[in-house]
Amino acid sequence: MSATAKGEKIAGLKVTPDKYVPHRYAGASGDFNPIHIDADFAQMVGLPGAILHGLYVMGLVAKAANDEAGGDPRALKRLSVQFRGMSFPEQEIEVTGEVIEADGADVTFDLVATQGENQVIRNATADVTVA
Amino acid sequence: MAIKTDAVGKSWPAHEYEVGREKIREYAQVIGFDNPVHFDAEAARAAGFRNVVAPPMFVVVYTAGAMGPVLFDPDVALNFAAMVHGAQEFEWGESVVSGDLISTTTTCKEIYAKAGKGFYVFETESVNQNGDLVCRATWTNIVRGVEE
Repeated sequence: MSATAKGEKIAGLKVTPDKYVPHRYAGASGDFNPIHIDADFAQMVGLPGAILHGLYVMGLVAKAANDEAGGDPRALKRLSVQFRGMSFPEQEIEVTGEVIEADGADVTFDLVATQGENQVIRNATADVTVA
Repeated sequence: MAIKTDAVGKSWPAHEYEVGREKIREYAQVIGFDNPVHFDAEAARAAGFRNVVAPPMFVVVYTAGAMGPVLFDPDVALNFAAMVHGAQEFEWGESVVSGDLISTTTTCKEIYAKAGKGFYVFETESVNQNGDLVCRATWTNIVRGVEE
């Protein structure tokens, strides 16, 4: 059952991307920026290690919104996010959210993606049409 | 160094991308989109799609070739080494299915400096072979160490 009333929480999702997800995401997306796939390079430019692609995490936010709307890819109409922090493979990412607007089947979620104490994506809003 | 704003208003030639079923599968699997409509043509057709359908976020795949060169354009003069992806918005239209030919045009909407950072805002508009809008996107990149 999808969340459709203002203030209602969405089911959200939790995922722990394995060590090779940035490599697979690089191949899938075409974004081979070495900060995502080469820990030595990442450290050379001052990062703690290879970091996840921001758009990968946005993909998880999209999935959480789309799943809540019933899973049909046509349900997701708009998604806007702000990238606020780095995230890393082999640590759990959690996407949470709630309904902030509801007009019949047209619903807007506010979502956050966190890893530990760190908000990776915040102020995400998704417009969906619930099946 | 003062920020260079010459590229504001500039558009780049359209980038074409032909959507393939296995690329949809590869993208869907890495994120975890598990709806059969992303993998199986029969399931997709039964759900009313013309063919295996891409997850909405597949937009990152068909627009990559439209955004990549723009970030390295000398008119934009963006310091790639100090860049982070600040914000992103996608607004979807017609679904994208295997076999579609997607044409994406990029326009530079804004370049400005604020609080020591440069903000570079681009819009992409992607249409399919029938001229239907499939996605309009706003890409905001932030570069550290930029003066007004």
